Amino acid sequence: MPGRVLVGVKRVIDYAVKIRVKPDNSGVVTDGVKHSMNPFCEIAVEEAVKLKEKKLIKEVVAVSCGPQQSQETIRTALAMGADRGIHVEVSGKDYENLGPLQVSKILAALAKKEEAQLIILGKQAIDDDCNQTGQMTAALLDWPQGTFASEVSLEENQIKVVREIDGGLETIRINTPAVLTADLRLNTPRYATLPNIMKAKKKKIANVKPADLGVDLTSRLEVLRVDEPPQREAGMKVETVEDLVGKLKDAGKV
Amino acid sequence: MSALFKARKVLGLCLKGCRSLSQLAELPETHQLLRQTCRDYADRELAPIAGRLDKEHVYPAKQIKELGEMGVMAIEVPEELGGAGMDYLAYSLVMEEISRGCASTGVVVSVNNSLYIGPVLKFGSEEQKKQWISPFTTGEKVGCFALSEPGNGSDAGAASTVARQEGEEWVLNGTKAWITNSWDASATVVFATTDKKLKHKGISAFLIPMPHPGLSLGKKEDKLGIRASSTANLILEDCRIPLSNMLGPRGAGFKIAMQTLDSGRIGIAAQALGIAQASLDCAVDYAHKRTAFGAPIGKLQAIQFKLADMAVAIESARLLTWKAALLRDGKKPFTKEAAMAKLAASEAATFCSHQVRKTAKIEKKGLIKAEILFKSISYFAF
Repeated sequence: MPGRVLVGVKRVIDYAVKIRVKPDNSGVVTDGVKHSMNPFCEIAVEEAVKLKEKKLIKEVVAVSCGPQQSQETIRTALAMGADRGIHVEVSGKDYENLGPLQVSKILAALAKKEEAQLIILGKQAIDDDCNQTGQMTAALLDWPQGTFASEVSLEENQIKVVREIDGGLETIRINTPAVLTADLRLNTPRYATLPNIMKAKKKKIANVKPADLGVDLTSRLEVLRVDEPPQREAGMKVETVEDLVGKLKDAGKV
Repeated sequence: MSALFKARKVLGLCLKGCRSLSQLAELPETHQLLRQTCRDYADRELAPIAGRLDKEHVYPAKQIKELGEMGVMAIEVPEELGGAGMDYLAYSLVMEEISRGCASTGVVVSVNNSLYIGPVLKFGSEEQKKQWISPFTTGEKVGCFALSEPGNGSDAGAASTVARQEGEEWVLNGTKAWITNSWDASATVVFATTDKKLKHKGISAFLIPMPHPGLSLGKKEDKLGIRASSTANLILEDCRIPLSNMLGPRGAGFKIAMQTLDSGRIGIAAQALGIAQASLDCAVDYAHKRTAFGAPIGKLQAIQFKLADMAVAIESARLLTWKAALLRDGKKPFTKEAAMAKLAASEAATFCSHQVRKTAKIEKKGLIKAEILFKSISYFAF
C-alpha cells in the first residue's frame, strides 16, 4: 500500500488567456499574463487527495519546478488538500530551457529521496503539450507506468488503471511503486474551501535546488522559432457533391 | 489639461494590453488565493447560468450549497460553529468575485452573511449561535433580515410592527416589506416595537424560524434585476415565538439594526464592485472585438477614455471598500468609510453598467450580459 505520493504541478499560462507570440518570435508573451495550475495537474492533485481521504495513502507531497511564482501553484495544491510542498527552484535561462527530460530527472531524484511509492502527474501540460514527463520519470526509475488514466483503483500491492487510448479504454494492472498520469475524465477537481485556504498557509513548502539533487539541467533542445498558427481562411460554399469533388481535385487534395 | 488626457490614454492602452490588472499585489497571499478560487468558481459555475437565473427567476439552490461547502455562506463565523473563520477583507473579496459572476447569487450570499448571521454572531447567546448560525453555514439553509416596512425604510425608528409579551411567548403583528431571500429562507431576524413610548429605543430584535405559524409571505416582487433572489413581504399575524427568541437585550433592536447595516454596507459595496468589474470586462472584451473604420473600436481615443474612466471609478471604490473592511477587522470605527464605499461602488457600478449597455450592441451573448448588469445595478442605486 503506497504511503507517500508525489504529485507534480506545473505553473502554466491560464487556459482562458489569448496567447500572443513575442515580436522577435523567440517565444510567447508571459509577462503580466495570468498563470494558473495546469488543468491536468489539478486532476492529479484531486486524485491524490481523494486517495488520502479514502485512507489508501498517507501523505500527498506537491512538487513544482520553476521560479518564485511556482510557489503559488504549490499553495493552491496545499489548499486542495496536499500535506506539504517542495519547490525546486529553477529560474532564468534554465527555466526557459526546462523540459520533460530535466523535470523527470528531478522527479526521479525526489521520489528516491522522499521514498515515494506513487507519482501522479497530469498527462501533459497545456503550454508545450509534450506528454513525456510521466513516461520519462517512470523509465528513469524503472517503475511501471499507467498513463492517460481515467480510472485508478489501488489494490493490495498493485494498481488497476483504466487508460483512455485511441481505440477506446484499456485496463491494466501494474505493480507499485508506479507512475500515473491523469487524463481529463479521471475526476472533477474540487474548489479549495476557505478553511483549507487558511490552513494551507501553515503547511510547509521546502526549497530545493536541482544541483542538490544532482540533476544536470542542460537542454539537448534549442528552440529556433515560435510562430502563430496560420490564420484561418474563409471557406467556400458549393452546390453539389460533384462541385465539391471537382474543387478538391483542382486544389490537388484528391 | 493635456497631462490628464495623456494619463487617461495610457491607462486605456494599458487596459487593452493586459487584460488581467495585477491588483492582487497588495493583498496577503491567503487572500489572493481566496480571491482566485472564488473568481474561478464564479467564471466556471455562475457566469454561465446567470442569464437563465435572471430569465427564469430561479433560486440557485445547487450553487448556494456548493458555496456553502466552500465556506462562503458563513465567512466570518468561527470554525467551531461551522464557518470559514476569516475576516471582512476576505468577505469583501469573496463578495466581489461572486457578484462578478452572478449578482443575484451575490445578494443571497451577502444577506446570509452580513444581515442574518451578522447580528446573531454579534449579539446572540452561545445557545442562539448554535441554533441559529450553525445550520446556516452549509448553504442548505439561508436566512433573511426583516427591518423595512411598507411605511418606513430609511426611518427605521418608526417600526409599526409590534411585539407584546403573553406569558412565555412573544406575539408579533405587522408587515415587513422588501425582504430579500424571503421565499427561500429558513429563518429571519425581525425588528418589532416592544415599547412604543421609548420610540427607537423601544425596538427589539427577534429570531423566527421559517415556515412558522403566524408568518406568511407576500407575492414575489417581479424585479427588474437581481431576479434569482426572492423579494417579498413578510406578514406577521399573531406570530408566537418563545421568549428565548429575542436577540440581544430588550430595546436594543435599533442599535442592532444600525450596526448590522453598517457591516452590510461593505458587502453591498463589494457586490456593486463585482457588477462594475463585470461591466468593465464586458466593455474591454467588446472593444477588442467590435471593429469599425477598419480597426477594433478599442483603438479609438473616445472608447479608451471611457474604459479609463470606468477603471478609475472601480479601483477607487475598491480601495474604499477594502479600507472599510480593514477598519472593521481592526475593530476601529468604520461607519463613515462603509457608507462612502457603498456610495462610491454603487455609483461606479451604475456608471459602468450604463456605459457598457450603451456600447455593447453586437454580440447577442454580450448584449444579454450587459443587460443583466444594467438591470442588476437598479437594486443598488435607485
